[in-house]
Amino acid sequence: MKRIFAREEYCLGCRLCEIHCLVKHSKSKRIIKAFRREQDTAAPACRVEESGRVSFALQCRHCEDARCIEACITGAMHRDPTTGAVICDTERCVGCWSCIMVCPAGAVERGRSRQVASKCDLCMGEDTPVCVMHCPNEALVYEER
Amino acid sequence: MKNADIRYLILGNSTAAVGAIEAIRKIDADGAIVLIGREPRHVYSRPLISYLLAGEIDESRMDYRPRDFYARHQVDARLGVRALRVDPRLRTVRVTPVSADGSERNDATAEELRFETLLIATGGAPVVPPIEGRDASGVFTFATWDDADRLTAWIEKRNAQHAVVVGGGLIGIKAAEALRARGARVLIVEREDRVLPLGLDRHASSMAATALRDAGVDLECGTIIERIVVADGVVSGVTFHNGRESSCDLVVMAAGVAPDASIVHGTAIRVDHGVLVDARSETSVPGIYAAGDVAQGIDSLSGASRPIPIFPHAYRQGAVAGTNMAGGQATFNDAFAQNAVDVCGLSTISIGLATAEGGDFEVLTTEDQTARTYKRVVLRDGRIVGALFVGDIDRVGIFTGLIREKIDVTSFKHLLLSGRLGLITLPEGYRRRVVSGEAVAV
Ligand SMILES: Cc1cc2nc3c(=O)[nH]c(=O)nc-3n(C[C@H](O)[C@H](O)[C@H](O)COP(=O)(O)OP(=O)(O)OC[C@H]3O[C@@H](n4cnc5c(N)ncnc54)[C@H](O)[C@@H]3O)c2cc1C
Repeated sequence: MKRIFAREEYCLGCRLCEIHCLVKHSKSKRIIKAFRREQDTAAPACRVEESGRVSFALQCRHCEDARCIEACITGAMHRDPTTGAVICDTERCVGCWSCIMVCPAGAVERGRSRQVASKCDLCMGEDTPVCVMHCPNEALVYEER
Repeated sequence: MKNADIRYLILGNSTAAVGAIEAIRKIDADGAIVLIGREPRHVYSRPLISYLLAGEIDESRMDYRPRDFYARHQVDARLGVRALRVDPRLRTVRVTPVSADGSERNDATAEELRFETLLIATGGAPVVPPIEGRDASGVFTFATWDDADRLTAWIEKRNAQHAVVVGGGLIGIKAAEALRARGARVLIVEREDRVLPLGLDRHASSMAATALRDAGVDLECGTIIERIVVADGVVSGVTFHNGRESSCDLVVMAAGVAPDASIVHGTAIRVDHGVLVDARSETSVPGIYAAGDVAQGIDSLSGASRPIPIFPHAYRQGAVAGTNMAGGQATFNDAFAQNAVDVCGLSTISIGLATAEGGDFEVLTTEDQTARTYKRVVLRDGRIVGALFVGDIDRVGIFTGLIREKIDVTSFKHLLLSGRLGLITLPEGYRRRVVSGEAVAV
């Protein structure tokens, strides 16, 4: 399956990926509104990590051997049968945080508005995830490896 | 022989069984799978019984897998059927239907099933301390959906409002929370001197105790209940060790779970506390596997052989069993305790040897009293072997990964609790592996 990969050497640390992710997963889908009024509820599922001069963006790795799926006590965390993406069904999640406990990438977060897990869904339904699409320096790529 | 031997016979219908079924079907698309489940229900999530009791979720959310799970995985699921006895020599299991009230039908309905490979995934059974009065009406265990239903019925019928929960571990706390959410007054009685004594150290435990008390749950630690006071066959109170008495109209026994290996006792299958398994989830008898709360394997951090009765472990051990049963190769060499327990809104996560101290252990801690957060990391020989996070549990999985993969953290030890730990600060080789999302072989 296609996954998002970061190319550290190209990452500028501009955080546009975080911004576009937040907007995409906001209610309004509008950048200003999302930022002004939805900061408490919408959160990016993509995070830029920085250390000295190095930076890269990190999202759920959609692991083949996904510990979060095994640890999920409700069955909410599952693999989408068609895309292979690891998806949390927030209607079934009870926010026990077992997924946060086991994710080696630290890529699952507590939802801001509801007690449910929040993570990258590869922008379900889009050809290319928005973080990749809007990366100005092609530091994020979406490909099969 | 009348019937062909069953290629895969699975006893139990829960987490470990599902792990096995999903793993088998990755390798073998159509070998016959027969599943025997005592409870006459579609596979449900056991931890959710407290959410159900609390009224936070309805029955439609109990399913652990979609309703077409058995059909899609071609599983012949015989639910409401109980396994009575495993005969490893003849490679048969004796099973019998269970009637609606839970009792077995007469023996004439029992039959023997012959298997090629067997998975024992019958879970654990609640430990009920031998307290006088424990058989009275109004005394419950809290391990199954039926238990939750029985409690609900009792509360509604009796208008029960005073509950005593025996045991301040995970299950006791979950029961207490749910009863509290239903408006009952709840008292937890814990024999040890603190709640969650297995996963939390003294400090974390005192934070959990505060969270419980803030939510209106009463706590008595370091004491035991001597007797359940019974009037006309119904519970009316409890008396403590020191003679004090407290009235109540229901008691929940949550003093722990123990592997339920009764169906193999006295056979060639070796049993200690649980059914002994190796890293391949195989018992002492080839072709017979065990997984989940019924099993006992090696804790990779302490080196001890012990049951680890937690959900993620049950799934993985089941999946490893399933892979091997289907002719694949899988081992489970990184088993250790991992518990995420929300205590009345206070998140706690305890991993590995989270409470260890002294000896070879080096302990790092950090605390923020206003934010009500506390973190504790335990190291041994430059590697993390335990982590305990309270209040702020964000990204704690990074620690779990470092423990699992036994990464030497000496070079970035100062960052562990700095708030600046990220994947970017981890050794490059390890980081690349995590970021690639590569399968770490099951
Ligand atoms: C209230 C509660 C909350 C919990 N919360 C958590 C949590 O937050 N995190 C966590 O990690 N763990 C939690 N646990 C523990 C977790 O539920 C178990 O570790 C897990 O369910 C073990 O799965 P299992 O498949 O081994 O067995 P079980 O879930 O115990 O299932 C055993 C299965 O075997 C069947 N069975 C038993 N005997 C027979 C027989 N003789 N014949 C046929 N079938 C039989 C049963 O009907 C059942 O289907 C919780 C447990 C409880 C009770």
